[in-house]
Amino acid sequence: MTSPREVAVVAFAQTDHVRATDGLSEVEMLLPVLRDVLGQTGMAAGEIDFTCSGSSDYLAGRAFSFTMALDGVGAWPPISESHVEMDGAWALYEAWVKILTGEAETALVYSFGKSSAGDLPEVLTRQLDPYYVAPLWPDSVSLAALQARALIDAGDTDERALAGIAARSRESARDNSHAQLRGSEPVDTLLRGDHLAQPLHTHDVAPVTDGAAAVVLAAGDTARRLSDNPAWIRGMDHRIEAHSLGVRDLTDSPSTRLAAERAGLFDEAAGPPDTAELHAPFTSQEVVLRKALRLGDGDHTAVNPSGGALAANPVMAAGLIRIGEAAARISAGASRRAVAHATSGPCLQQNLVAVLEATPAGAATGTAAGTAAAADGSEGDPE
Amino acid sequence: MNGTVSKEPVAVVGIGQTRHVAARRDVSIAGLVREAAVRALEDAGLTWADIDAVVIGKAPDFFEGVMMPELYLADALGAVGKPMLRVHTAGSVGGSTALVASNLVSARVHRTVLTLAFEKQSESNAMWGLSLPVPFQQPLLAGAGGFFAPHVRAYMHRTAAPDHIGSLVAFKDRRNALKNPYAHLHEEDITLEKVRASPMLWDPIRYSETCPSSDGACAMVLTDREGAGRAPHPPAWVHGGAMRSEPTLFAGKDAVSPRAGSDCAADVYRQAGITDPRREIDAVEMYVPFSWYEPMWLENLGFAEEGEGWKLTESGATELDGDLPVNPSGGVLSTNPIGASGMLRFAEAALQVRGQAGDHQVEGARKALGHAYGGGSQFFSMWLVGAEPPAS
Repeated sequence: MTSPREVAVVAFAQTDHVRATDGLSEVEMLLPVLRDVLGQTGMAAGEIDFTCSGSSDYLAGRAFSFTMALDGVGAWPPISESHVEMDGAWALYEAWVKILTGEAETALVYSFGKSSAGDLPEVLTRQLDPYYVAPLWPDSVSLAALQARALIDAGDTDERALAGIAARSRESARDNSHAQLRGSEPVDTLLRGDHLAQPLHTHDVAPVTDGAAAVVLAAGDTARRLSDNPAWIRGMDHRIEAHSLGVRDLTDSPSTRLAAERAGLFDEAAGPPDTAELHAPFTSQEVVLRKALRLGDGDHTAVNPSGGALAANPVMAAGLIRIGEAAARISAGASRRAVAHATSGPCLQQNLVAVLEATPAGAATGTAAGTAAAADGSEGDPE
Repeated sequence: MNGTVSKEPVAVVGIGQTRHVAARRDVSIAGLVREAAVRALEDAGLTWADIDAVVIGKAPDFFEGVMMPELYLADALGAVGKPMLRVHTAGSVGGSTALVASNLVSARVHRTVLTLAFEKQSESNAMWGLSLPVPFQQPLLAGAGGFFAPHVRAYMHRTAAPDHIGSLVAFKDRRNALKNPYAHLHEEDITLEKVRASPMLWDPIRYSETCPSSDGACAMVLTDREGAGRAPHPPAWVHGGAMRSEPTLFAGKDAVSPRAGSDCAADVYRQAGITDPRREIDAVEMYVPFSWYEPMWLENLGFAEEGEGWKLTESGATELDGDLPVNPSGGVLSTNPIGASGMLRFAEAALQVRGQAGDHQVEGARKALGHAYGGGSQFFSMWLVGAEPPAS
């Protein structure tokens, strides 16, 4: 839905993502990120009204893995806190709703994943229907390859175009000091490599990553006080599709389209976004998402200027990082209107879309204009 | 509108649960959750099409061996094309899940939300699912009982409570369960002597003072004021809800009466305008997985002064016909599908104020507290529901 109350991302922090953090526990990986994000706002953990995190026990290989992370927050005196067994983007959604109720003015959102603790494609098979599919152990790369094949068969893409997405993403990541893979061989070189699971090559697949991320949300004037340039959440929505791959059109993502529509992405008055941070762990999924989000192939939208999940994919945090990257671009003045996307489940089963905007020109310093816009329910003019 | 956001009142208009048993081998996980969801929809007089979003909760995924099972359950819960959220806050999750759903209505993001929690413990072995592999935990700390028994002993030491209090709680809750057709344990021949003679598991916790392992699910339909107006049965209204967390272990932690618990209760009472919980609250559904936690939580939640909780239990006040009935449903001691246990507390509190608790109805209940906790006595979620809409 579009936001009835002004809520903004006012700070974002992430780890320098790596293949394996063998020497670090989850808490040790998370702690510097939490200190960084709170430091940006000048707030202590105890001043935050609501805290919400996202992580998965199956990545950690032990029950209640998120409870240890609380040590990194410093939850004493006790805090108002919740946790989703989902990507941190959904933790951010829960925190956003909490602020919309009026029960909180600020929220800390964080997520983390140490994929190095296991064999990620094998671990992800445990997400599948436990009676009919999981016993076959179909790994996540093979399932994504089925989706890529469907796209190629439908004439939506080809292996060269997919390699182009890989090269573009990792070249973009040259400017992202947090990325795990920075820079790419040219497309012709990439295409000479072997297939990982046809039609996907190694370059089509996100790296296996350990990492964490955190975001601070704030409402209205609090956001203006905490940040010179808050990234306002104009709308956010998420939708899920059927689980069975056999009943879905893998070349399309109706859940992404519906979420985008509800989040106000297609509002004609606002125009297309100048930035899109898409959570596509496979090159082929960017093709699906571009179509669903109506981004086209033109130049009006910079897609994954951070490099996206193809440059660093800390599972459970990679979606939250898309929102953080989009917000950071707005706060840096490089974007006026951005769309951020997160996904979960096999072949884009579940998708979240957030629309973020800079403070409208002319209202940058005056809180009155922002309050009026919220009160009459108007979206504000991004230009 | 900063700081002056008006919240939408939230009503519980549908409640459904499964008959809880040790092993539901006749249904899949999807079949189990759907059973509870369909009953909640029927109670609300609604269909799947009336539901805007689904919020699901359960305890660790290792209990069934399915990672993020909500993905697979989207179809069974009619969530396709809708938002679906999955909450996990350890043992408090059933309560937290209901609160997340309640916030969606309260913030006017959605009008009608289905919330559901479940556990199908027979798919695995919960005790070992909870026992972390070495080196994260010493090998003898098997299961939750091993973790909580020392805290119970600390409570007895601190308050000089006599040894028999725990057996009184177990005897009461198991008798209450005989009046609840959905309860897992129906021990028709239970006697106080049998409870006291049962084997010692984790001293001072005896076998009969311990929660069972159950398969089960609980679902609720939450809606806004307009939705409540259309409901076929009287709704329960949410007067307050809160969550609090603190770390598992730290120097100075009070494991007997954690501050996160008392802070959470204080927040709920403030929202609901409760100043004297003992007098103003008519029924309590609290999370008592081991009998001694009743007197411990009575103190933590402000129903008794520090050190006096066991006297309240001993006096009979917490019996079904006492002046502060605790766990009229039979509680966690009689039914424990872990991820759903918290939501069952919330739902049973709502059933009481709706006057729909059947044989375990507390006569004239107008305000009831639902309570859940989890982890190392560190995660708390509570709500207070009333028969009347909230004042504001």
